[in-house]
Amino acid sequence: MPESDASSRKRFLSMMGASGAAALSILATACGDDDEKQRAPAGTSAEAADIAIVNYALTLEFLEVELYRAAVDSGSFKGKELDLLKAIGEHEQQHIDALTAAVGKLGGRPVQRPKTKFPLDGRKTILKTAQRIENLGAAAYLGQVARIRDKDVLAAMIAIHSVEARHAAALNTLLGKDVTPNGAFARPASMRQVLPVAQLFIA
Amino acid sequence: MTAPTRIDAVEIHGRTRASFLVRGVIAVAATSGAVAVAPWVSRAIAQAPGTDADVLNFVLTLEYLEADFYAHAATLALGTEARALAQELGEHEEQHVEALQAAVRRLGGRPANRPEFVFPDRTETSFVKLAVALEDTGVSAYNGAIPRLASREIRAAAATIAQIEARHAAAVRLARGGQPAPDAFDGALDQSQVAATIRPLLRR
Repeated sequence: MPESDASSRKRFLSMMGASGAAALSILATACGDDDEKQRAPAGTSAEAADIAIVNYALTLEFLEVELYRAAVDSGSFKGKELDLLKAIGEHEQQHIDALTAAVGKLGGRPVQRPKTKFPLDGRKTILKTAQRIENLGAAAYLGQVARIRDKDVLAAMIAIHSVEARHAAALNTLLGKDVTPNGAFARPASMRQVLPVAQLFIA
Repeated sequence: MTAPTRIDAVEIHGRTRASFLVRGVIAVAATSGAVAVAPWVSRAIAQAPGTDADVLNFVLTLEYLEADFYAHAATLALGTEARALAQELGEHEEQHVEALQAAVRRLGGRPANRPEFVFPDRTETSFVKLAVALEDTGVSAYNGAIPRLASREIRAAAATIAQIEARHAAAVRLARGGQPAPDAFDGALDQSQVAATIRPLLRR
């Protein structure tokens, strides 16, 4: 059910809601009076949090790459549709490579590739699963934007986020659904919202 | 007090719209890992400093352009599908305009003026082609802008728009029969690159 324009815009402004306060805290930082900075001077806990975020994204990318591999092998697709699924699958593999590198750069260890299970009985079932996972992935990346501390990691996640959104829009189109189901402003999802859904596809 | 960013005041370093369309910035997608990530990451970050209101004003100007572009499309002889697409996307862009204006005001800034744009009379084919260029530019402009925002809350709010630009880009690319996602990573454009894309469409 698409969200109304008014509630979708309100959601954007509510995300902005703290910005007056945020401007003040920026000022406080400039004056060298920032609590948070003093709490984590070495940045170690911030790095650990970033590692957890990147590993979370990596897990979702593993699911996606496995799904597209299974989709391509299923024999349910041909022609342009098959080409599209292959191309998307290749993107996901590049995301895995980039995220794995990012975890390493942060001094962490990449999560292991999970064993996956997907319903694969026919074109429509597979596309529906892909559509669900891509829209979930786009929302998941969006949900982490405000949490990431490392600027390089942020830029990398942002560059992946919009590609997940393109994939989601393409799959929505293939299934005859709205490319922007939440109106003019996309809806983020938290780890707590995303992980139970991701879990459905982990064997 | 934040002075509005004037897009036609941004210096352009010998770039043309054509050079932008080459998408050279994101030609790194063929390789992988840290080495591939580095060029567009550094591009996103190595940009002129500005307040959050300045950054939002910059993407606001791009939203003005997109909104006016789709309003202009309503005057063209488009097929049913292209017309519906132009209408829906145009409504979104107008909402982005309103939200960004409100955001700039909340930050104590003054929203950028709405420039006048000129769109050549276009066929459906050229309409869709320009739509692809503008939406792809929108995605990369946001991807360049978001890491420059100091407030993490505002980054997240801007990203809710970036995702819609990406969905639009995929939709218009599909309407043109092309790849919805041409690369594994959407690059980041800096202000001079975005200005180079916009400049030919500004009314002199």
